[in-house]
Amino acid sequence: MRATSRGAVGVRAAERGTGRPAPEPPRGRRPKPLTLSRREDLHGRLLVSPTVIVVALFAVLPFLAVVLFAFLDVRLVDIPRLYLDNLVFTGENVAVVWNSPRFWSAATTTVVYAGASAAGAVLVGLAVALALRRPFRGRGLIRALVLVPYVLPVVAAATIWKTLLNPGYGLVNAVGVEWLGWSEPIAFLTTTSRDLGPFEVPVALLCVIAFEVWKTFPLAFLFITARLQVVPGDVEEAAQIDGAGKTRIFRHLLLPELAGVMALLGVLRFLWSFQNFNDIYLLTGGAGGTEVLAVRVYSELVVRANIGTASATGLLMTGMLLVVVAVYAWMVKRGRA
Amino acid sequence: MSRPSTEDRVLGALRWTVIAVAVVVTAGPLLYGFLLSLRPFQSVVSEPLDLIPSPDEITIDAYPTAMAEYGLGGNMWNSLQVALATAALAILFSVLGAYAAVRLRFLGRDTVNVVFLGVYLLPGIVLAVPLFVLLSRVGLTGTLVGLVFVYVAQTVPVALYMLRTYLVAVPSSVEESAMIDGCGRLALIRRVVLPLALPGVAATALYVFMIAWNEYLFALLFLVADRDRWTVSLGIAQLTEFSVPTTVLMAGSIAITVPVVAGFFLAQRLLVTGLTSGAEKG
Repeated sequence: MRATSRGAVGVRAAERGTGRPAPEPPRGRRPKPLTLSRREDLHGRLLVSPTVIVVALFAVLPFLAVVLFAFLDVRLVDIPRLYLDNLVFTGENVAVVWNSPRFWSAATTTVVYAGASAAGAVLVGLAVALALRRPFRGRGLIRALVLVPYVLPVVAAATIWKTLLNPGYGLVNAVGVEWLGWSEPIAFLTTTSRDLGPFEVPVALLCVIAFEVWKTFPLAFLFITARLQVVPGDVEEAAQIDGAGKTRIFRHLLLPELAGVMALLGVLRFLWSFQNFNDIYLLTGGAGGTEVLAVRVYSELVVRANIGTASATGLLMTGMLLVVVAVYAWMVKRGRA
Repeated sequence: MSRPSTEDRVLGALRWTVIAVAVVVTAGPLLYGFLLSLRPFQSVVSEPLDLIPSPDEITIDAYPTAMAEYGLGGNMWNSLQVALATAALAILFSVLGAYAAVRLRFLGRDTVNVVFLGVYLLPGIVLAVPLFVLLSRVGLTGTLVGLVFVYVAQTVPVALYMLRTYLVAVPSSVEESAMIDGCGRLALIRRVVLPLALPGVAATALYVFMIAWNEYLFALLFLVADRDRWTVSLGIAQLTEFSVPTTVLMAGSIAITVPVVAGFFLAQRLLVTGLTSGAEKG
């Protein structure tokens, strides 16, 4: 395969570099072998170069390209005729996207989706981590089972959920109609909203949020469990002897210890849910009030075949993420100072 | 011992409720999918509440149907090739890079780290647009090779990060004595560092394999036009668009899940250490 042979060539080149004495022109009177630190520098750069090249070509370069495309008048059909010297620049894409109500409604949906998913994942992860804190028989197995949603292929998970929620033969609707007295099955994944007493419930959006929480809380569970293991036990013991109840111990001893990791998890989960495409596209295709920014980028590209507006949407989306990162970084910095 | 307080009793009950709900909710859907895959479609439609298939109706027909008739077998072969190639390349690159990051001081090390962190946080969907354009421009869309390179770029930073934690644990004194004995840098990595960090490397390889095996977005963008090249995730997702019996879809879902979940359980302990030391993207 071409990929592996290219890798092997790189390695051989690196080997040659290490085997021979100084490959650069001699300094001073006679050729000196590389000093230890210069050799370290050279080796370090050589060893990291395959990674740098692949990341530069397939991540950094595309990102620069997205910035460029956002200001080009270019559609899918133009690809074969795309050369660096015939680019048509325009500010139109960004303006069109910025002024489109659909973009802003997708942005709102995305923020709600990401915020609720992140909060849900961290809180559920915390609850499960606390419940599984003290050892008991079978805890190892349960810990492993809890991680299942996280490793499940997203397509398999979404397909199973779609079947569970299917109005015709899904288990949830069968239980609802048969045992809970629903008058009719609910098409969970296509219903935008439904009146429940005084409230209007965004059904499909809640479903995709539940799916995301279900899929990602195991990660929060892992991190919080890892943090709980290094909480010093003696203070807690002392508090217990002094008669502090479990809720108080949690509030005053555990929660301050966990706050940092929970905040970090919350931000990371927000960033990743914010850009999530797979889960929503697979479950609803963006229907039922679940159109998030990632789905908009996809449909601008594939359905409307417009590279320019797809890139502009993506660029604005990245800008929003950067704002979140900057705010978090600022808060961390202020907290430390 | 004092009598347990009301608070303790409430919390104790709550604790077991959380555990029970967590088990049902996490393992339940997978079990549900598995049970459905063993029943004839007609029976699923008429009796959705009968979860346990009755002994006389149990059938594994859905599996061969999914693999042969709906082409998931061939798709699985594509996925296997892509995931293995991705894991091999990502491990090759990231072992070298992680070693450099842990042991060597070189110019630009910090810049490289920052760039990798950035890649880690960049939205996949945003990169997907230019990658699609650029790769179609050079004729790599519709090929599995293009997909492998994209996956490698997406996974190498994570793999490098995970490997770093495993490599730090390898004592550098062993390396120093090997160096003094005249061992070159690459020989050193291959003969000394790699064997010592092997469990961690294996876990990382498995993790990268899982990401590549599970991936959907790039497969959808690059391969959708060519059915022969579909990965299995894409294959199943495309089948849901047509009126394929759900039992077949469940069989396909279970079939792609088994290798991943089995691998995960085998390497669970190592993966968990590696994961919690560096957050994962997804």
